[in-house]
Amino acid sequence: MAEKNITIREALSAALREEMLRDERVFIMGEEVGVWGGTYAVTRGFLDEFGARRVRDTPISEMVIAGSAVGAAMAGLRPIAEIMTINFAFVAMDAIVNHMAKVRYMFNGQFKVPMVLRTTTGGGKQLGATHSHAPEVVFAHFPGMYVAVPGTAYDAKGMLKAAIRDDNPVMFVEHSTMLQRRSVVPDDPDFVLPIGKSDVKRQGKDVTIVTYQKGLEWSTQAADILAKDGIEAEIIDLRWLRPLDLEPVFESVKKTNRAVIVEESLPRYNVGAEVTAQIQDQVFDYLDAPVKRVSALDNPLPYASNIEMMALPDAQKVVAAVKEVL
Amino acid sequence: MAAPTKETMINWYRQMVLIRRFEEKCAELYQQGKIGGFLHLYIGQEATGVGIAAALRQNDHAITAYRDHGIALAMGLDVNAVMAEMLGKRTGVSGGKGGSMHLASREKNFWGGHGIVGGHLPLAAGIALKAKYLEEDEVVVAMMGDGATNIGYFHESLNLSAVWGLPVLWLVENNGYGMGTAVDRASGQADLVKKGIGYGLEQDPGFSLSFNGMDVVEVHEAVSKGIEWISRNGRPLFMESRTYRFQGHSMGDPERYRTKDEVARYAEGDPIGVLRNRLIEKHKSVQATLDKIEVEVVDEIAKAVEFAESSPVPTYEDLVSYVYA
Repeated sequence: MAEKNITIREALSAALREEMLRDERVFIMGEEVGVWGGTYAVTRGFLDEFGARRVRDTPISEMVIAGSAVGAAMAGLRPIAEIMTINFAFVAMDAIVNHMAKVRYMFNGQFKVPMVLRTTTGGGKQLGATHSHAPEVVFAHFPGMYVAVPGTAYDAKGMLKAAIRDDNPVMFVEHSTMLQRRSVVPDDPDFVLPIGKSDVKRQGKDVTIVTYQKGLEWSTQAADILAKDGIEAEIIDLRWLRPLDLEPVFESVKKTNRAVIVEESLPRYNVGAEVTAQIQDQVFDYLDAPVKRVSALDNPLPYASNIEMMALPDAQKVVAAVKEVL
Repeated sequence: MAAPTKETMINWYRQMVLIRRFEEKCAELYQQGKIGGFLHLYIGQEATGVGIAAALRQNDHAITAYRDHGIALAMGLDVNAVMAEMLGKRTGVSGGKGGSMHLASREKNFWGGHGIVGGHLPLAAGIALKAKYLEEDEVVVAMMGDGATNIGYFHESLNLSAVWGLPVLWLVENNGYGMGTAVDRASGQADLVKKGIGYGLEQDPGFSLSFNGMDVVEVHEAVSKGIEWISRNGRPLFMESRTYRFQGHSMGDPERYRTKDEVARYAEGDPIGVLRNRLIEKHKSVQATLDKIEVEVVDEIAKAVEFAESSPVPTYEDLVSYVYA
């Protein structure tokens, strides 16, 4: 199979393009997706290729972007609606939580909602408190929808294609600072990854690091540092916050007897809280140390770069947490 | 536009009486504790729901908020299955999982029944987008209460429909009050149809955008013209049905916001009485038919209650089904 070394941005773009070519009912709508070419340039050239019917610029109206995508999906189209950043998804919270995730259930299966809500997440860009969140876990709280959090170009392509082809609503969260990251990706329109499967990104026997997206970078850097001291970290990339696949985590903890959970979101009620609870529930007897969590500081993010970085996790914080459980 | 025939009007009469008796029975069952949750009755507004449903063409659509029993029955949902939904039975239109506020039938092009004020308006835009995208001649009638015209969804949905040219008939059922707050205490523009101006919506389509919602003949005519205009022009309209609810906002409303005199004054214009008088004036002989309908409907409602009461409750499997596709 042909492969290409491409960026996450290129992977997303390829996934969208392939699926639009594959299925006439798939279309894109959102702020600046057309004439502008996407604020992260993911849909550059799409308007010329597919036309204004299938690449639809919207007003700055997140409630109706999300809500009308729900209606269009209920009626048989397969919308890919874009919320420019996840910070603006708060504006559309009711459309997402009360409608996108619930209309199928509430009407006893009369409707399907085959849509993808693409958005970007992440702090670290000096944008101040309202534009600097990684709150994807909030959306993973609700049954009736899926939440995707890819951390590599390979995953981004295969997962986005899976999300578009699936009949359930998927919130597809891309990290705004990782779009230039490269990896080798199959150049094949039928390359699709399964929904809700985590992935062992690095094998190791001494500690299990459970993470996703930006946390994957910090954890990989940390693992390289730890390796110099002879410590072998196993890294498990969740890839999806819902469905949450923890089987590989349990298997890994049985082997390493130690776990650290790494994420960019806030510390209270976060992914780490959920994963820790499930680890103690499923593999308690295998643990040789308390599970540790690395996350952002329980604090809004500021503008000034030096203190913004103080609030965010990094590789050194992951190394320190691993050393605590060893 | 041709005047409705006697048979058509008799059919409308039957539907309106069915809704009235259905709602009265629901109030009774609510007081007996057999219906739970919230219960928002459509009594007084029957002409609007029946007139709209009658105006829809074969492939048109309707969607509404939580005061949905009337339009659901008018859209042809089975009265037994609607009553079963009220009682939370697995034979209900939504399997007992939706309740009073969440009736729907995909098959009948009735898209709910939605509990969050304004939350269904973007859905209407999306359903209309499907029609436009696939170049199908379909119009979506999106009903809402007057209170919904003050929520953000209203603004975003009407605006998007104008920008994209979506075939939606935005239809406000102005019953005078958003819960207990009168229209002029809640809306800076109390002449509601003027709210369409801000979105560039047509103000002079050749017929009045505001109509008497207590007269089913007038509702039918206005909505038919609206649908025809939208279908021809490929753009949305915003119309107003001036109506009144004879009961409180929901069961248990103390109704401190209006006087008994006001309610009594509107009751003189009861839409069922209006249609009955109109029919009898024109066709003296029809009286017996209408009386017979009254009796038949009471029987139909009794059978619906019997069906609902004898239906099974949902199971654990129902509880956890249809969360995902």
